[in-house]
Amino acid sequence: MAQHKPRTLFEKIWQSHVVRDQAGEPTLLYVDLHLVHEVTSPQAFDGLRIAGRNVRRTDLTVAVMDHNTPTWDLSLPVKDPIAKQQLDALEKNCSEFGVELYDRFSPLQGIVHIIAPEQGRTQPGKVIVCGDSHTSTHGAFGAFALGIGTSEVEHVLATQTLRQKKPRTMEINIDGPAPTGVSAKDIILGIIGRIGVAGAAGHVIEYTGQAIKDLSMEGRMTVCNMSIEAGARAGMVAPDQTTFDYIRGRSHAPKDAEFHIATEQWTRLRSDPGSVYDSRVAIEAKDLEPFVTWGTNPGMVIPVTGKIPNPNNAFNEIEKESWERALSYMDLKPDIPITDVAIDRVFIGSCTNSRIEDIRAAATVVKGKKVNDQVYAMVVPGSVSVKEQAENEGLDRILIESGFDWREAGCSMCLGMNPDILQPKERCASTSNRNFEGRQGKGGRTHLVSPQMAAAAAIEGRFVDIRDW
Amino acid sequence: MEPFIKHTGLVAPMDRANVDTDQIIPKQFLKRIERTGYGQFLFNDWRFKEDGSLNPEFELNKTRYKGASILAAGPNFGSGSSREHAPWALMDYGFRCIIASSFADIFYNNCFQNGILPIIAPNNIVTEIINKSRSDNAYRLNVDLKNLKVWDEDEDIVFRFKLDEFRRNSLINGLDDIGITMQHENDILDFERTRHKHGGVLTN
Repeated sequence: MAQHKPRTLFEKIWQSHVVRDQAGEPTLLYVDLHLVHEVTSPQAFDGLRIAGRNVRRTDLTVAVMDHNTPTWDLSLPVKDPIAKQQLDALEKNCSEFGVELYDRFSPLQGIVHIIAPEQGRTQPGKVIVCGDSHTSTHGAFGAFALGIGTSEVEHVLATQTLRQKKPRTMEINIDGPAPTGVSAKDIILGIIGRIGVAGAAGHVIEYTGQAIKDLSMEGRMTVCNMSIEAGARAGMVAPDQTTFDYIRGRSHAPKDAEFHIATEQWTRLRSDPGSVYDSRVAIEAKDLEPFVTWGTNPGMVIPVTGKIPNPNNAFNEIEKESWERALSYMDLKPDIPITDVAIDRVFIGSCTNSRIEDIRAAATVVKGKKVNDQVYAMVVPGSVSVKEQAENEGLDRILIESGFDWREAGCSMCLGMNPDILQPKERCASTSNRNFEGRQGKGGRTHLVSPQMAAAAAIEGRFVDIRDW
Repeated sequence: MEPFIKHTGLVAPMDRANVDTDQIIPKQFLKRIERTGYGQFLFNDWRFKEDGSLNPEFELNKTRYKGASILAAGPNFGSGSSREHAPWALMDYGFRCIIASSFADIFYNNCFQNGILPIIAPNNIVTEIINKSRSDNAYRLNVDLKNLKVWDEDEDIVFRFKLDEFRRNSLINGLDDIGITMQHENDILDFERTRHKHGGVLTN
């Protein structure tokens, strides 16, 4: 059936997944892929059990242990009894309900948003959900990928559908090539700095423009990952040859003739000429720099050449108060250059930046150099697969010789739910996605940066401009 | 789920913007496998000092707000993670209603699954409610979900709010989302038969 009205990429995905659409009700959408982990699923499975329901499509569901898992020696048992209880619950639930599970010892284990793309499960045009807000990562493939709460997890398990009020669309166009030293992480930090932590509230973002198109799939995943930090429902990039080349040959990708047919259909998954977004933001790539967050939300961002903001220059009373609070928590003085700020720890990892390209970037920066005496630095690969590949490339040797801890895969210090946490007042250069108060450990001070910037900071013991490296 | 039809309660203020889910319920408390028992950890890092004693500076700790069931908060309340533990903690602590000029998306949706009513109100009204909760002794608000109305005893504050009919109806009747969806299982079966190729690409 010919569509006369030009449609955005998001419109196309939305319309092709409508199960039921009645006025006055949120639309019922079909879910192509449901990713599950141990933190947001126990109560959902319990709910199924109590109501006598089954998982409707075990073939479209896959589970992994990632948030609670220690990243040290896998032969040691999990020490934290509550974490262990949650991990055991996931194991029991998956076994009972027939859901495929990658446990702590699985060669396919890793952070949920790393392993699904690795395995070719994440594909253009899919609706993908998970009880985790960084599900937006998968939008990099031209999918509608969103985070949901535990009750919705239960709903998807039981019905394979999700109720959604249709969000608005926002185009964020990054025009021109990204300057040297500006990575995917800097692009998204720059965007959030520009539009704020609620800038895309109620919207699904489509990222367009040369700087986005030039990114590898891993770079696109980094950008889409942090869409939620701008308040967006989801973020996506239209699929293209870069996307198809990444997917080809992966274990769950379509094969041979089917792959060919798939790419023909995927090629149509882009916004039509003349399609209209509800909002639009235009950014010149040449205005982007390596960024560092200084405060307690991802919108509190300055270029590495910048100074800590002064509350007297805040936009209004609310902003002034929140800056004062942030400066106090982070123990920073206004107007000092961010490059004067010394750090205690470096964390290279998380679903934002723990893929092979991120590890290569860090290794390139630190090769032949030593981690500063005052700094404890670690690298946590995003999956067992990434870890193995990094080791095959000798990246672990470079990092270990430099003085980094080289860990097992997991969410690790992104959110301090496992043994990797900051002590109060410790200051960390982190490649993760949130710098909220206490995020990495109560009283811990988080500065979000790219892997290259984190690696350089580990060597120098303070923030430095990677362009001068 | 407990129905929400009408509620009258003491109002407590949280005069901060962008209150995120890491503050509402820090991650070390997400390890439980039950839906209940999170109230004791609500705003943990703000409520308690490092030595574990109550922080007298934190507004919710003040005795005048003890028993509060309505929270008046700054914009973009609930930003950050999708953890439903955030509304669970608020419910468990005793809150049935949150009033703010805006909410983060996922948090807003999560509230409805648990019988907490998030009310979107204009900025100036929220500010006035916050001020009254601080100046008046035992400031209370009445919430009528059937008529989408909020008012205080003196009728200094009176306003109507908007809410999706579907959400309003589900809350009023304490309806379980899954039960409602399964009434339309035929639609799901239809979709699976005609539109969805197993594990493959959707055609349009």
